[in-house]
Amino acid sequence: MSENTLTIDGKPVHFEDGDTIMEAAIRAGIYIPHLCHDPELKPQGNCKMCEVKVNGRNCSACTFPAAEGQKVLNNIKELNENRRIIVQMLFVEGNHLCPGCEKSGNCKLQAIAYSVGMMEYRFPLIYPKREMDTSHPDILLDRNRCIFCEMCVRAGREVDGKEVFAISGRGIGNHLIVNSPSGLLKDSLLEVTDKAANVCPVGAIIIKRHGFEVPIGQRIYDKKQIAEVSVATEKVLEEKVHG
Amino acid sequence: MAEKLKIATTSLGGCFGCHMSFLDIDERIIDLFDLVEFDRSPLTDIKHCSEYVDIGLIEGGVCNSENVHTLREFRKSCKVLIAVGACAINGGLPALRNFIPLEECLAESYLTGEGIDNPQIPSDIELPLLLDKVHPIHELVKVDYFLPGCPPSGNAFWRFITDLAAGKTPTLPYELVHYD
Repeated sequence: MSENTLTIDGKPVHFEDGDTIMEAAIRAGIYIPHLCHDPELKPQGNCKMCEVKVNGRNCSACTFPAAEGQKVLNNIKELNENRRIIVQMLFVEGNHLCPGCEKSGNCKLQAIAYSVGMMEYRFPLIYPKREMDTSHPDILLDRNRCIFCEMCVRAGREVDGKEVFAISGRGIGNHLIVNSPSGLLKDSLLEVTDKAANVCPVGAIIIKRHGFEVPIGQRIYDKKQIAEVSVATEKVLEEKVHG
Repeated sequence: MAEKLKIATTSLGGCFGCHMSFLDIDERIIDLFDLVEFDRSPLTDIKHCSEYVDIGLIEGGVCNSENVHTLREFRKSCKVLIAVGACAINGGLPALRNFIPLEECLAESYLTGEGIDNPQIPSDIELPLLLDKVHPIHELVKVDYFLPGCPPSGNAFWRFITDLAAGKTPTLPYELVHYD
């Protein structure tokens, strides 16, 4: 094998110096499931969906550096079962009522749940009471659907140059807070064109007045699996950002 | 020919949308009757399950005391119990009241809400008592299979029932799995 090569599920993958396993995989067109990774943002390892086995040890692919000769296992039964359990925990921890959600069909949480074959919840539902913020003229914040991936937190800080969102509280008391004098979105610096307003993988942050522009049944993940969609879109973005 | 499978269906805290969607199998219902016969169901108006039923389809979550009795009767009679649709699986839209104390829900509906004449909370002995919270059915009984969707499509129903009739574990292809 040539230098700077690792294998993912037995397939040789070239990586650049400084790459994480996720970055090398995206460039090679291999899908590792993820909810909190975006090529434009610094990886943070929040969602644990991208857990892979590297030389037999479990690691988050989005934060673990690629190295020569690593044997990475990704699309295997054990890891996909872990992923299904993580998705189930995310579903019972929040209030994810797909039939009433504008994000349905475009939602990455739902799409990953479909792809790992989640047919039921397994765990008792918590039905936490979470607050909505409808104050902003263009953007809706529904904390019921938040999965604490911190994509909006990081996008605001790293791309938009604004500290709009943060996670407050601990454990089951975790909640998304807004940096403004009133704590409301309308008094924050968030604008509809910001990455932070458009990066949410679920339906927690939604741009108003665009609901149902695309009918249910014709949305991104209604016909195509997230693996196919993700490989097609993120490779372009990854190459733009990291070369 | 082998004996037909007995199917029972009911809607607990549901809207009968799943039953309507079941009927979207359209003319395949004629083929279905070669495979199955219906026991307790709103489609037959039979009020109680036979002693032995092969497949029970439950639509809707558990909202009141009658739902609990019905669900237990189904579990007792049915060899295979299937949670059908979003409400049976996660409580669905009726579970939106889980964030509001029951007393406040009743007060808003029957005492203080707009346009109420002769305000009183219904308490007739014929009426089932509401549960404090809406529960998905797997929190009360063992559920064998889950058929998600709001509602699951006619094709999803068809696939599930024909798989079971063929003695197979029901599986849905990607395009038939929807939570919405």
